[in-house]
Amino acid sequence: MTAPGASATEVPALTPWRIADIAAALLALDGASIGGVSLRAPAGPVREAWLAHFSALRGGAPCSRMPAGIGDARLLGGLDLTATLAMGRPVAERGLLAEADGGVLIVAMAERVEAATAAKLCAAMDAGAVTVERDGIALTVPTRFAVVALDEGIAADERPAAALTDRLALRLDLTALSHREIEPPVFDAESLAAARGRIAATIDDETIACLCTAALALGIGSTRTALQAVKVARLVAALAGREAVAPEDAALAAALVLAPRATQLPARSEEAEAQESEPEPDSQPQSPPSESDEQAAAPPRDLDEMVLDAAKAAIPAGLLAQLLAAGGRTRARAAGRAGQLQKAARRGRVVGSKAGDLRGGARLDVVETLRSAAPWQRLRRSEAAMAGRNGLIVRREDFRIARYKQRSETATLFVVDASGSSALQRLAEAKGAVRLLLAECYVRRDEVALIAFRKAQAEIVLPPTRSLVAAERALAGLPGGGATPLATAIEAACALADAIRRKGRTPALVFMTDGRANIDRAGRQGRAQAQTDALAAARGLRGEGFNAILIDTSPQPQPQAADIAAAMGGLYLPLPQADAAGVGRAVGLALAAGR
Amino acid sequence: MDGLLDHADVVGQRLRREGEAEYGETGSAVAMPAAAIAKRPLRAPKRATALPADGRAPPFPFSAIVAQEEMKRALLLAAIDPTIGGVLIFGDRGTGKSTAVRALAALLPPMRAVVGDPYNGAPQAGARGQKTHLVPVPVVDLPLGATEDRVVGALDLEKALASGEKAFQPGLLARANRGFLYIDEANLLEDHLVDVLLDVAASGENVVEREGLSIRHPARFVLVGSGNPEEGELRPQLLDRFGLSVEVATPADLPTRIAVVKRRDAYDRDPRGFCAQWQAADQAIGRRLIAGRKRLAQIETSDAALTRVAELCLHLGTDGLRGELTLMRAARALAALEGAQEILDSHIRTVAPMALRHRLRRNPLDEAGSTVRVERALAEVFGP
Repeated sequence: MTAPGASATEVPALTPWRIADIAAALLALDGASIGGVSLRAPAGPVREAWLAHFSALRGGAPCSRMPAGIGDARLLGGLDLTATLAMGRPVAERGLLAEADGGVLIVAMAERVEAATAAKLCAAMDAGAVTVERDGIALTVPTRFAVVALDEGIAADERPAAALTDRLALRLDLTALSHREIEPPVFDAESLAAARGRIAATIDDETIACLCTAALALGIGSTRTALQAVKVARLVAALAGREAVAPEDAALAAALVLAPRATQLPARSEEAEAQESEPEPDSQPQSPPSESDEQAAAPPRDLDEMVLDAAKAAIPAGLLAQLLAAGGRTRARAAGRAGQLQKAARRGRVVGSKAGDLRGGARLDVVETLRSAAPWQRLRRSEAAMAGRNGLIVRREDFRIARYKQRSETATLFVVDASGSSALQRLAEAKGAVRLLLAECYVRRDEVALIAFRKAQAEIVLPPTRSLVAAERALAGLPGGGATPLATAIEAACALADAIRRKGRTPALVFMTDGRANIDRAGRQGRAQAQTDALAAARGLRGEGFNAILIDTSPQPQPQAADIAAAMGGLYLPLPQADAAGVGRAVGLALAAGR
Repeated sequence: MDGLLDHADVVGQRLRREGEAEYGETGSAVAMPAAAIAKRPLRAPKRATALPADGRAPPFPFSAIVAQEEMKRALLLAAIDPTIGGVLIFGDRGTGKSTAVRALAALLPPMRAVVGDPYNGAPQAGARGQKTHLVPVPVVDLPLGATEDRVVGALDLEKALASGEKAFQPGLLARANRGFLYIDEANLLEDHLVDVLLDVAASGENVVEREGLSIRHPARFVLVGSGNPEEGELRPQLLDRFGLSVEVATPADLPTRIAVVKRRDAYDRDPRGFCAQWQAADQAIGRRLIAGRKRLAQIETSDAALTRVAELCLHLGTDGLRGELTLMRAARALAALEGAQEILDSHIRTVAPMALRHRLRRNPLDEAGSTVRVERALAEVFGP
């Protein structure tokens, strides 16, 4: 692809920068048609170089920039306060999404963008328009833009909302790239101008089928991704100076779009073939005649293999290692939580407004203030006209202050001992209890999280969530057996509880263990040291002031567990024959008492 | 068994009462366009919804949606009988949830409304001198980020500021009256808006008491919601308001997936040309819809069908009458859509999962999904 004369059967190996370079060119060519790019890289010279290159390709046209914590009024538009006051009638203001029309919207710190904000962005991308129903204003403004989501996340689950990245065809990861690896650009604004005339390059059915096959072989569920690959292939062909999509264009599209989303390594082709060609009844009764050739025969193997190989070769190294370690299949992670996690000090819901002063950081409810001032305007204007003033007259007594209702939400954190022989049974109880609590917690707006500990480590199996689907998936694959690293578990629970507290929720910890620690904090065997460490960790937890319960699950309740419960300042509940319902009830009661 | 029959009787009476009262109104509203079409059978009614005025592309045609039969069926049933109570579509990203809803909007035959009525009021029987016109059935989007004043309606700021006049500016609920209200990402909807919706959806009336205004206006609409379960659960009370619930998944087999990608790609490249290609197929569905609505009132709800439905609900332990009523209405709407004379077991079987799966009492210890539980009960009640 780098040289348009490359042979039709091989795809040159591409450096990460070269891929990023091509991505920038595709975006500059027609970014809005492929959604945009999710660019994972820390702020630094590499990202700057890419952005500068991208900007040069677009001829230096300015981009709109969306900060992570953007408010609805700015994002969607609403009432233009200054103009409204000056004109004496409501004046609408365009939001950022409408302003970005025809250009590029850069989403800064995309990993911190809330799911609700991302959903609004996605709605505008899907509809090709932004619909505003706010502050007495109702309007729909067409808008079409490409998104560059700058993802600065470090941890694996610190990612932009999946709803957003799903709509962005390209996905780049420049985290590991050094600025020394930056290569001189291949494309410039002129070569793009030439390609622009060809963006409607044709693509044959065989190639479409082949991209769909590759997507399925790589374990990519969403058909949106395959569609994006088709569109990218078309742009790639345009960039290469072709009127029709050639096999190497499809291969490059697969490398750009499919590879970064792979959730499994393709099975051997015979197996794959057997899996994929399972006869399925045709389920489209009203197909018009022109579409009869739609479900074309499977394409010949060589094109398939070429596209798949290109995609495989482009799977990022880190992801590849993960896929290999997971035996070819990795669990899809729930992304898009990072932003919510970071959201500090929720303002709560607006429960109305009241007359009041603007002191002490109170927030003016603009629309309500205008509404209360409105009926007096005629009267006041006739007074003001004498004084030579015009425009809207708002007086102090019109001020309305927004009232917020802040709810204290609870996150129940289960810390489950998955060690030893009775682990399986205990785990089943814990799983049941988690499900029971989850089923209720939506009503209370509560969250549930689960840490399991066994062998030498404690693992966050279920990050704080309200989603039953996420919980089911996390709980399904929970292993058991091994030693009891209680100290490590308490520390992990403490860290997670602290994170929960920082986002404004009240954590409640539920430990389910027999309290018989046998791995110390350093990961060594030995009961005595393990017990000492566990007690120390428990005292640390008490210092943080968390609400805790310890459910002793051993058949004969032991003093160790009671000691640890006492050290963490928590409630001790011996429940030797605990069943899920019993645990759920006990937790509910204990939490209610602790509140 | 006596208890069961009594129960079935209650449902039956309720349905028959409805047939006289509520359907009377809905029936007259749809009878007009149907008659208008009968005169020129070859042409579908002209409709304003087909092409957005601002130069945006027409919606993806309903008939061109590949597979997802249950979702399409649920939407058509909800359009045939508004009393079913709408549809909730939950599922994976990129499965065409909102595409289907927008496509449905383009299919709906226009309705007759009083000129100048902000609530799209139906013409009063016997009222003279009332000007009416055909308008597209409103399919109103409730966008995320909407503020409460725009949803319920509020003091008209413009009039208030300009002339000090206290006028009511109707909101989205007014606009959706007699039509559809669509909430994409329903699980991300803010709590206070959910509260408003719950109240209005139950009463069919929007009561506004704010800024010195005291207004009540009809707000009967079919609630259509969509969302992705990974973003969070839906509040149980809101879940219960939806008559039907559909789970959509990405198609797993390759030919279907290829067809999805091809059609969507063809549409994106030339929306108008693509829609023209599917116009005939869409119109055929539109005609089925109109015929189904006409036939609806004539379909008998036999005691046998009522007993079947009651048995099934008893077996599943669904709370309240709502499940039975919805199942019965959905089965009747399906019979009407398929041109049957009466409700058959096959109709009940087809619609039972979508009418009941979100009404099962959640049993967290049962690993099986609610769809599986409904199907199990179906096999036990109806035989394999």
